[in-house]
Amino acid sequence: MGRKTVQQKPLEARKASPLVVSLSAVFLGIAAGCLFILCIGKNPFAGFERILFGALSNVRRIGNTLGMSTQLILIGLSVAFAFKTGLFNIGASGQMLMGGITGSILAYYLPLSMPRIIYIPMVIIAAMAAGALWGFLSGLLKAKFNVHEVVSTIMLNWIAYWICYDFIPRFIIDPTISVKSKPIETVHTLRADWLTDLTQFSTLNYGFFLAIAMCFVVWFILQKTTLGFSLKAVGSNRFCAEYAGIRVTRSIMISMAIAGALASLAGLTYYCGYSNIMEMGKMPNEGFDGIAVALLGNCSPVGIFFSAIFFGILKMGRGSLAATGIPTEIADTIIATIIYFTATNVILASFWNRIFHSRFEKKEEAAAAAMKKKGDHTPVSSLTKAQFNEYAKEGRALLKESKEGR
Amino acid sequence: MGFWNVLSSIIPSAIAYTIPILMGALGGLYSERSGVTNLCIEGLMLFGVFSAAATIVKLQAIPGFSFVLAIVIGIIVAMAASMLLSLLHAFAAINLKANQVISGTAINMLSTAVTLFLAQTITGSGNITIVRGIIRQNVPVLSKIPVIGTLFFTSTYWTTWLCLILWGASWFLLYKTSFGLRLRACGEHPSAVASAGVNVHRMRYIGVLASGFFSGLGGACILVTYAGEYNAGSGINGLGFLAIAALIFGQWKPLGILGSTFFFGLCMTIANMGKVFPVFQNIPTGYLGMFPYVATLIALIFSSRRSAAPLASGEPF
Repeated sequence: MGRKTVQQKPLEARKASPLVVSLSAVFLGIAAGCLFILCIGKNPFAGFERILFGALSNVRRIGNTLGMSTQLILIGLSVAFAFKTGLFNIGASGQMLMGGITGSILAYYLPLSMPRIIYIPMVIIAAMAAGALWGFLSGLLKAKFNVHEVVSTIMLNWIAYWICYDFIPRFIIDPTISVKSKPIETVHTLRADWLTDLTQFSTLNYGFFLAIAMCFVVWFILQKTTLGFSLKAVGSNRFCAEYAGIRVTRSIMISMAIAGALASLAGLTYYCGYSNIMEMGKMPNEGFDGIAVALLGNCSPVGIFFSAIFFGILKMGRGSLAATGIPTEIADTIIATIIYFTATNVILASFWNRIFHSRFEKKEEAAAAAMKKKGDHTPVSSLTKAQFNEYAKEGRALLKESKEGR
Repeated sequence: MGFWNVLSSIIPSAIAYTIPILMGALGGLYSERSGVTNLCIEGLMLFGVFSAAATIVKLQAIPGFSFVLAIVIGIIVAMAASMLLSLLHAFAAINLKANQVISGTAINMLSTAVTLFLAQTITGSGNITIVRGIIRQNVPVLSKIPVIGTLFFTSTYWTTWLCLILWGASWFLLYKTSFGLRLRACGEHPSAVASAGVNVHRMRYIGVLASGFFSGLGGACILVTYAGEYNAGSGINGLGFLAIAALIFGQWKPLGILGSTFFFGLCMTIANMGKVFPVFQNIPTGYLGMFPYVATLIALIFSSRRSAAPLASGEPF
């Protein structure tokens, strides 16, 4: 009895899911990459085969790809977190540098005899604090002084760049190569012997598990806490949130601080795990790739995880392109094109919606024809999905027959 | 070194640093005034640097080809190339109604990647260095004026004057013609303009293309005046974002951006030439280097509060 009264959802055309939109952006990005490779007279398929080979052909390469993805997951989470509050964090590079320099200095000065169980949480907290401060600064500028966060984060990127330029020679320089920091001892990096052995000396480190843990933390904050709810409310409508009593300026600052902490964690895994040195005068590109990761992953932790793996494959695999004569920058070109197309996701979604709609209409037409023949006069909208599909199948055959008969 | 000596060596190079930022900010002005947020000035300028460098290197390699003509052609190519790239932003922002901030960021990344990609295929390395840039010249007659002549009219680049003329012309175009009024109105109340029978999309296309035009020119100026090379590693060091900051600091007005870009030009000079002057010699390079960016942030703190941003900037129509 109860079951029958449940209102049935009216039948309607499928809506384009974020996954479909993201996949089309990837497809278009790869197509653009192929076009570029063709333009310089090379074979795109050979190129992509090399990328896959370079990223996944043995345990070590897979380990390296995951090692690269680690940063991308964390930066993707950072960008996505700010995005949920309606902020665009393109300062991940600077926040990474701040996390990296903090971690590197601690690694240099803390005694090697320190137990790792104390050391690792300590650097993680210190690096996150540095990045949180960096993110908080742009949040503060946005909330209190209305400075556009895109401009302020870029400025903070360059300030962090020059801070590292000053700090590396001052505190952690390698005297033999005067533009790089002294390599960190392995016990002070995030690398683990069992992971290194398992993946035959790849760059995979504890950071990867940290990144996965952060996926859960971000999901939890955004979905299960009041803080997350108020941040999202500010993101969807600032004025409405303010009216509802949410402190908007505070939310903006908190959101940027958390985003900064996530990005600086990426910096820690990058400089004290993935690699073990910092170079003077180098801005990490990964900060910008994280934007692509977040957008392609539709700002959801699961999506970010998979899109980070995808970009990790692109970025690690491109190293093997040399044999084909294709410049390795093709990977960055593809990433940029994907961002361009995810920016236009409204159009991609409406493109798919239009296709789904026209297919649905055809199906409806077929079902109507079949029902007419059978003398069933129930309106189409009150059919169950299974009945509808059944009729549509019959109807399609009918329509085909009548076409052939004519 | 006396105060006068310091001043007379700072001002000409400050002008040299100002001009590219001014062009970038002017480009941003056209675009934002027409209602399209343009954060891809950086990418457009970088594209200008690259295409000018590639063209000039190819032309200067031809024996007997006039160096000056090569530079002129290089600048024109840079403007055309950046306009082409800005078309991509225009298409996304105007026709596809994309998020303009993201689209701008995508263009920035695309520009970095594509220029490096092409530089690799052209020269095999990430750098393109031109043989010779523009030679500084004294302006006849005017350089003889005491004080002002020495500061502003000796050893100048001809592109500086070209850019200043374009800046003046833009002011006239935007504020004294009906076209300018329409363009500015598109950034404030597009629907009102549309109901008056103006094609808003066309005006916005013009605005974004103008930003490509001016950013390309600015990029080419960087190359042929002080830089002399396209360097993939450092790009243009966030100059395009400084231009956007200057636009905000200058309150989206031509005269305002002239003042604010000169301020940033001065900061850049201090950052890059600081070591030359005894006053700054004890300051570490790192702190000198971050000076323009810190100054920008402080300037933004004071100017962003009462923002005079075009009302409809960033809103698709």
